[in-house]
Amino acid sequence: MTVLLDARGLALAGRLRPTDLCAAGPGLICLVGPNGSGKTSLLHALAGIGNPRGDVRIAGEDPRRLPPPARKRRLAYLPSSRDIAWPMTVRDVVALGSADGSEEAIDALGLGDLAGRRMDRLSTGERSRALIARALAQNSTLLLLDEPTANLDPAWQIRLMDRLRQAAESSLVVAALHDLDLAARHADRLIVMEGGGIAADGAPAKLLGGPEIRRVFGVERGADGGWTLVSPSARPRSSP
Amino acid sequence: MKGSALLLLGAAALALFALSVILPWADLAAVFRQDSGLGWAIVRELRLPRAALALVYGATLGASGAAIQALFANPLASPDLTGTTSGAALGAVVTAYLLAFTSPLALALGAVAGALIALLLLLALAGPRAETATLLLAGLAISAMAGALTTLALALAPSPFAFYDAYEWLMGSLVDRSLAQAAFAAVPGLAVIALLARLRGPLDSLTLGEEVAQSFGHDIGRLRLSIVCLTAVGVGACVAICGAIGFVGLVAPIFARRLTGGRPGGAILPAALIGGALLLAADLATRLAPLGRTLPIGVVTALLGAPFFLWLVLHMRWRLGR
Repeated sequence: MTVLLDARGLALAGRLRPTDLCAAGPGLICLVGPNGSGKTSLLHALAGIGNPRGDVRIAGEDPRRLPPPARKRRLAYLPSSRDIAWPMTVRDVVALGSADGSEEAIDALGLGDLAGRRMDRLSTGERSRALIARALAQNSTLLLLDEPTANLDPAWQIRLMDRLRQAAESSLVVAALHDLDLAARHADRLIVMEGGGIAADGAPAKLLGGPEIRRVFGVERGADGGWTLVSPSARPRSSP
Repeated sequence: MKGSALLLLGAAALALFALSVILPWADLAAVFRQDSGLGWAIVRELRLPRAALALVYGATLGASGAAIQALFANPLASPDLTGTTSGAALGAVVTAYLLAFTSPLALALGAVAGALIALLLLLALAGPRAETATLLLAGLAISAMAGALTTLALALAPSPFAFYDAYEWLMGSLVDRSLAQAAFAAVPGLAVIALLARLRGPLDSLTLGEEVAQSFGHDIGRLRLSIVCLTAVGVGACVAICGAIGFVGLVAPIFARRLTGGRPGGAILPAALIGGALLLAADLATRLAPLGRTLPIGVVTALLGAPFFLWLVLHMRWRLGR
């Protein structure tokens, strides 16, 4: 059986050190790490953005050799920016991902009533949901999401993570998140990024209680269960 | 889309058979009754090239404008505001009056080279996804420079008649061009429109940002280069035959995107139809102007286009809430 994702020696000049990332089957991987630790760079490299070096195979195929329609079914990428160049309608934006999957994705993100509305007439959170729906509509083997929960209210954050869990039954979802608890609660696997490379990779429950979070982020669990700063001297390192 | 096609057909029929200062509809009908061969000759030799040029030039400007606006993600990018048209005019003037190559091919090549240099300069100055202010400033600088160099080239021209000739041509005119000349603009123009329309998919996905377009597998560098080269060829070929005509490339895509729900790539073909109809309508307006003579069409498009441009600037200001 071919593994779902097999990335070897992925690197982006000045942003990502040579990195391997493999996943045998579907699931939800959350990327966490301080600002500038290389989360976006790893997602870029996996999506083939910015001429990454190294080798990526999605279900045995090199996405860079696929023509756009086939490549869109292999991988979907959501950037952290929620800007859109032209004020298209929600329906048209989602259809840019795929015309087939767009109705389901529009429903899943509660955009039914807004489907005919122009993007510039939406709130930031609604715009985020429309752009997430675009990525989901592609029904791709690999789904790469940069901060998908940003700008969403708490209810929509939970609904989105539930929808991603559902997607993770047949696809591999890789999502960069800042909320450690949200990541830990939903992910099958947590990857901690640091200085443009992977610092730790494993089960969320194990990593969250371990020393890596403390070292990389400089935070630890306080007495009230929330995160508190360790000490001013324990600063995280940034990208090379 | 259907509406713009009908508008186009109606304007074309008017241009061919009616609306003329020298030979109005009634007189043309009289000519047809006396000698239908002469009537058809007037239509074929005088009016067909003019109408065909208006259609093709307008359509090329519309499609090019839509493609440039999609590429720069900016509704104010257009062949004239980015300096492409003035670059093409400079290229043609230098070829004709300094290098003394006056064949249509040499003129067209000169104009294409000028347009290409102007667009590449714009990319270098303003960057690939330019802010409105940067884009307009860079376009203004390029237009001003091309305009000054054009005047200089004319001042250095060997014959004093050259100046008047070139001046008339620079104001833009569709009059007195032969069918062969019309074909010289039409063949590259139509080819460019067809090739630009094939790029609508990548241009639509560029709406989501360069990163997403790249993740879809589109080569953005190649897309940028294709659009710059195609636009330069289309606009250059038309400018070489008819001189510089402004504002159609700015206005047509804006109307076209209203038809396509804002999709920038999908707007290329509608923008071509609307551009053709607009320039044809502007050409009809030059014949109807109550001045007893035909106005230069470039002047008419500028007179009609400038107020629209002002409206657009105000509209953008309101939308940004400033």
